[in-house]
Amino acid sequence: MTTTTLTTAERDTGPLSAPDPRRRRSGAGRRGTPGSRVATIVLLLGAVYCLVPVVWVIIASSKSPRELFSTFSFAPGTAFLENLAALNAYGGGQFWQWCLNSVLYAGVGSVLSTIVSAMAGYALAKFRFRGRDTLFGILLAGVLVPGIVLAVPQYLLLAWAGLAGTYWSVLLPVIINPFGIFLCRVFATAAVPDETIEAARIDGASEARIFVSMVLPMMVQGLVTVFVLQFVGIWNNFLLPFIMLSDQDKYPLTLGLYTFLSKGSGDTDLYALVIIGSAVSVVPLILVFLWLQRYWRTDLLAGGLKG
Amino acid sequence: MSLTPTATAPRGPAAAPSATPTAHSRRRKRRSTRAPWFFLAPAMVFFIAFMVIPIVYAIYLSFRGQRVESGGAFGRRVETFIGFENYVAALTDAEFLAGLGRALTYGAIAVPSVLGLALLFSLLLDTPRARFTAFSRTAIFIPYAVPGVIASLLWGFLYLPSTSPISSIARSLGQDSLDFFSYPVLYFSLANIALWSGVGFNMIIIYTSLRAIPTEIYEAARIDGASELQIALRIKVPLVAPALVLTSLFSVIGTLQLYSEPATLRPMTSTISSTWVPLMKIYQDAFMNDNLGAAAAASVVLALGILGFSLAVLTFFNRRTFGGRS
Repeated sequence: MTTTTLTTAERDTGPLSAPDPRRRRSGAGRRGTPGSRVATIVLLLGAVYCLVPVVWVIIASSKSPRELFSTFSFAPGTAFLENLAALNAYGGGQFWQWCLNSVLYAGVGSVLSTIVSAMAGYALAKFRFRGRDTLFGILLAGVLVPGIVLAVPQYLLLAWAGLAGTYWSVLLPVIINPFGIFLCRVFATAAVPDETIEAARIDGASEARIFVSMVLPMMVQGLVTVFVLQFVGIWNNFLLPFIMLSDQDKYPLTLGLYTFLSKGSGDTDLYALVIIGSAVSVVPLILVFLWLQRYWRTDLLAGGLKG
Repeated sequence: MSLTPTATAPRGPAAAPSATPTAHSRRRKRRSTRAPWFFLAPAMVFFIAFMVIPIVYAIYLSFRGQRVESGGAFGRRVETFIGFENYVAALTDAEFLAGLGRALTYGAIAVPSVLGLALLFSLLLDTPRARFTAFSRTAIFIPYAVPGVIASLLWGFLYLPSTSPISSIARSLGQDSLDFFSYPVLYFSLANIALWSGVGFNMIIIYTSLRAIPTEIYEAARIDGASELQIALRIKVPLVAPALVLTSLFSVIGTLQLYSEPATLRPMTSTISSTWVPLMKIYQDAFMNDNLGAAAAASVVLALGILGFSLAVLTFFNRRTFGGRS
């Protein structure tokens, strides 16, 4: 069916399109303008610019320390498995511990953060109560507070509570996400009809039940967006774990790779280890990300900013 | 304020107490005044514990410092209230101010190039009959998934003379290795990392709001004889201005918090000192020099700076974007 439709469409546009077969399927059947060709080329250049470092690190990860400095940058090396083995052996498999920690921090942290944001956003969007607008304003001001400036006092307070250096010290501060609350409020306003909530209330459903079995499913697309944003945010976070943690076994990937390099200044053998570590951590992340991207509702994200 | 969404539509009669005051409706009313607080409670607990209290604590610390009491073999150091001394020290500290200057120089290069290129790419993606756009869009978005530290590592190796392909090409052409870590190139090297990491995300935000514009507007403009370039500049850019406000705001906040990129590149070059940007100085004061008061005062100064900067950006764009309308 699809094929037929396509052919018909092409035939319809046939008389208008240029004879050049490369252009036949372009646009609404009009010929590619010089402008559109420039657009294509500039975008492809942008794509190359963004892909080069990733391609480089994958190629470089196959090089032995000696090849790294002697062979041409984009020529593959011979030592991929050796590098992998060295990475695996480092600190008794510490690298994999870091990967696991990163998954834990980002996974648990963003799930909790999303739930907390969804509850708050729903309350701010769908209930009228005294002080609501003030509260929303205060939470929104939190978006402007640079998280990093909070890190030092957060460390001192957590140290006082005896939590500094533990997994909690990296997990707890990331649960509050003012921007996530803001987005959840926008999603709840847009996606949850008042009538549905009212009907459920009249049927005698509890508020908690309404939230869990009706509101959350209606907000799910928005929640995935908040989840992914926060996941990437925590995954990329460097200063918070850097300040909070001292035990290398609790490090996330970013901090682990950072210490690799700062130890290796002067020791060029460690460069190969840093490079394979970067490659091994970046490639799966990109794949997961490309998959998650399909569930993203950036239109909600952009739409939320218009109001 | 453009970030504030319009208030939700007034709720129906259910919000008001129902006409007949039965026990049922009284219970419902009580429940609906308590329910929002139940949903807000976790957010408020974490907001107070990890934002309000740290801010208050930082302000408190910024007015305290250590004085050495004379007497005994060791001068005893006592923590006490010292007024604005820490602020005076921070604002007259040449290194802190120089760091601020470096962060701003970096920002002056990075923010316009990230946003400019993001806007350009999103307009190009939206150009009729541009090709391979799905591939380009995805490829440009990919660096968003790469953490700042790893992005800095990757670019660091691409800058480092011994591993840089750019330098290796330059050498094979008989030139010297390029020095990406010397002034003023260093600012551009750092801004390039920000550009690489940030252009895709900002592009997607802007592109998504471009897609939300009804195409009838373009058709009308085309009939009136407008070129694609005119449509882009006169119609599309003004209409995506709200998205630009948000992206520029986040970019500005990010600039003054510059930390992980220079910290990661530091082992590769001696140009970047241990107090190169304000946050590195704050970290140094808090954890190496054990001078919490100075670190707190510098944090407060920085936070106020960021707040002022953000408000300036918002006001600027509000006037530009909405000034004509209201």
